[in-house]
Amino acid sequence: MAIVELKDVVKNYGGKGSDAADNAVDRFNLTTRDGEFIVLVGPSGCGKTTTMRMIAGLENISGGTISIDGRDVSQVAPKDRDIAMVFQSYALYPHMSVFENMAFALRLKKLPDAEITARVQEAAKVLDIAHLLERKPRALSGGQRQRVALGRAIVRQPQVFLMDEPLSNLDAKLRVDMRAEIVKLHRKLAVTTFYVTHDQVEAMTMGQRIVVMLNGKIQQIDTPQRLYEWPANIFVAGFIGTPSMNFLRGKVGADKRSVANEHFNLTLTGARGDALAAHAGTEAVVGIRPEHLSYLAPNDPITENVLSGVVEVVEPLGSVTMIQVQVGPYRVTAQIESHLTVAMGEPIRLRCQTDKLQVFDATSEQSLLQAPAAS
Amino acid sequence: MKDRTIGGILLTALAYFVALVMFFPILWMLLTAFKTEQNAFTIDPHFLFVPTLDSFRVALEQGSGYLHYALNSVVSAVVSTLVGLLLAIPAAYAMAFFPTKRTDFTLVWMVSTKFIPAVGVLIPIYLVYKQLGLLDNLVGLTLLFTAMNMPLLVWMVYSYFKDIPKDLVEAADIDGASTLQTMRKVILPLALPGIASAGLLALILAWNESFWSLTMTDHTAATLAVYIASFKSAEGLFWAKMSAASVLTVAPIIVLGWFAQRQMVRGLTFGAVK
Repeated sequence: MAIVELKDVVKNYGGKGSDAADNAVDRFNLTTRDGEFIVLVGPSGCGKTTTMRMIAGLENISGGTISIDGRDVSQVAPKDRDIAMVFQSYALYPHMSVFENMAFALRLKKLPDAEITARVQEAAKVLDIAHLLERKPRALSGGQRQRVALGRAIVRQPQVFLMDEPLSNLDAKLRVDMRAEIVKLHRKLAVTTFYVTHDQVEAMTMGQRIVVMLNGKIQQIDTPQRLYEWPANIFVAGFIGTPSMNFLRGKVGADKRSVANEHFNLTLTGARGDALAAHAGTEAVVGIRPEHLSYLAPNDPITENVLSGVVEVVEPLGSVTMIQVQVGPYRVTAQIESHLTVAMGEPIRLRCQTDKLQVFDATSEQSLLQAPAAS
Repeated sequence: MKDRTIGGILLTALAYFVALVMFFPILWMLLTAFKTEQNAFTIDPHFLFVPTLDSFRVALEQGSGYLHYALNSVVSAVVSTLVGLLLAIPAAYAMAFFPTKRTDFTLVWMVSTKFIPAVGVLIPIYLVYKQLGLLDNLVGLTLLFTAMNMPLLVWMVYSYFKDIPKDLVEAADIDGASTLQTMRKVILPLALPGIASAGLLALILAWNESFWSLTMTDHTAATLAVYIASFKSAEGLFWAKMSAASVLTVAPIIVLGWFAQRQMVRGLTFGAVK
């Protein structure tokens, strides 16, 4: 268990005339809590894996410091950082049995045989692979290999776990099972964990805090719920949540509470509306999640905060139905109840839940709203 | 069974023909070794004759020095291969798992030394060896063989290492293994078939080497290549005895090759069939 602190960590692969603009990871700052589960998420090439590899020591850092429990490990070799890593490819030693794979690190530490056996068996029991100890990795299924890779990490009893997309080679169902299992394991061992993924669902379900990255820069560090409710910018808003948030461009109205153009006029309520006071006349992008739009019957008298358009696509998912509606130049996705029958080509009206709206500055793409202080 | 098409039959016939062409010199050597000197020298070739072991008797008799030459061949081939592997494995390891901008260049540079005909560097090497007193010296010859096979060994071992995911090296690193431990406990066991076939190939090349053996040695460090050549004397060619000597020279390596065949094939196709 440990507190990991990254201070102004920079990675630049160098090359001729490279400057700060070429940083693969740019001024990464993060201090974990003891035993926290941190997920690094972002599209490929955003620097999340590089960041993890720098924490592991597999990659040199170009600037800043990394410390574990107050000890600066920036220049320390991976083996002396007291970390364990689970690789995307599992990286099991193909010529060793499962037992030897898990015992490898302990043997290098020259622990007594009895302790090695005890620790491996303990870990094997936790991961339910005790019956596989004599097998070679090639005789295991993907899920079993995954467990062995986890086992190899936990027998070490390290201060920090690093997991680099550990589930991406598993099929969808297994991935969901293992996801829950890793979370369970973490709650049990309470070891500070960094988990890299490009899958926002994985990030949301597993992380206690999530670091959203893009182009080497941290976009936002927050809890899953706050990322969903208070995204800091358009990228985070669009990245978190499926289907993605809808974005409509307009201007903040003179009433300082609404965003509008010729196709829509949406008024924010409560504290969200207050935040727009300073931005009258600003070019803005309003964000609405599909689940915050609802079907409005044709004869319903409500006319405020309504989007009108034509149904373009209908996708019934069973529990709910996703529809895509053309509102002026915008294609808006909405999630409606599955018992409603809507047909392609029909006009439709959608009501917005105005206390869930997001508003971003059209130029800087940053949120204009003020998130309440974290609890 | 596949249908036998005309093309298939032609292809098979062609394969047999090529195999025969390649094998014929060896067959002829084998036949000649069992002929009398007179018979071996006739213009119209004899395939049927009364075999005799006379040539072998002469080739092996006291004073022919077969054992002396054979020992030199064994020592120079084995030691040069072992030393070569000892140097090539760390070199290949560094280049395969920790490549730099110049790694590709280094590899090409290494193999480019094989582009120069040996005779092109004969004079300088000869002079250097003369100064160092390494002419007709087994250490000197072994050194030459090592240098000669080094590019091949590095290239082959490098390509086998390239087939091993770098993740394994990193996993071992994080698990607390030193570079030597990673090499010994993780990488070498996995690359062993490949390393064995690379070593075998180097061994065969060193064993069969004749250019340097003939030019840099006289008697003390002379190998079996020199021994074969010694049957070409001022009094004329002794085809039958030379063939017997050749048979005695290639026999050990062919036997070794036979035993190692499976290993060789596995090593040479390693990665391709994964």
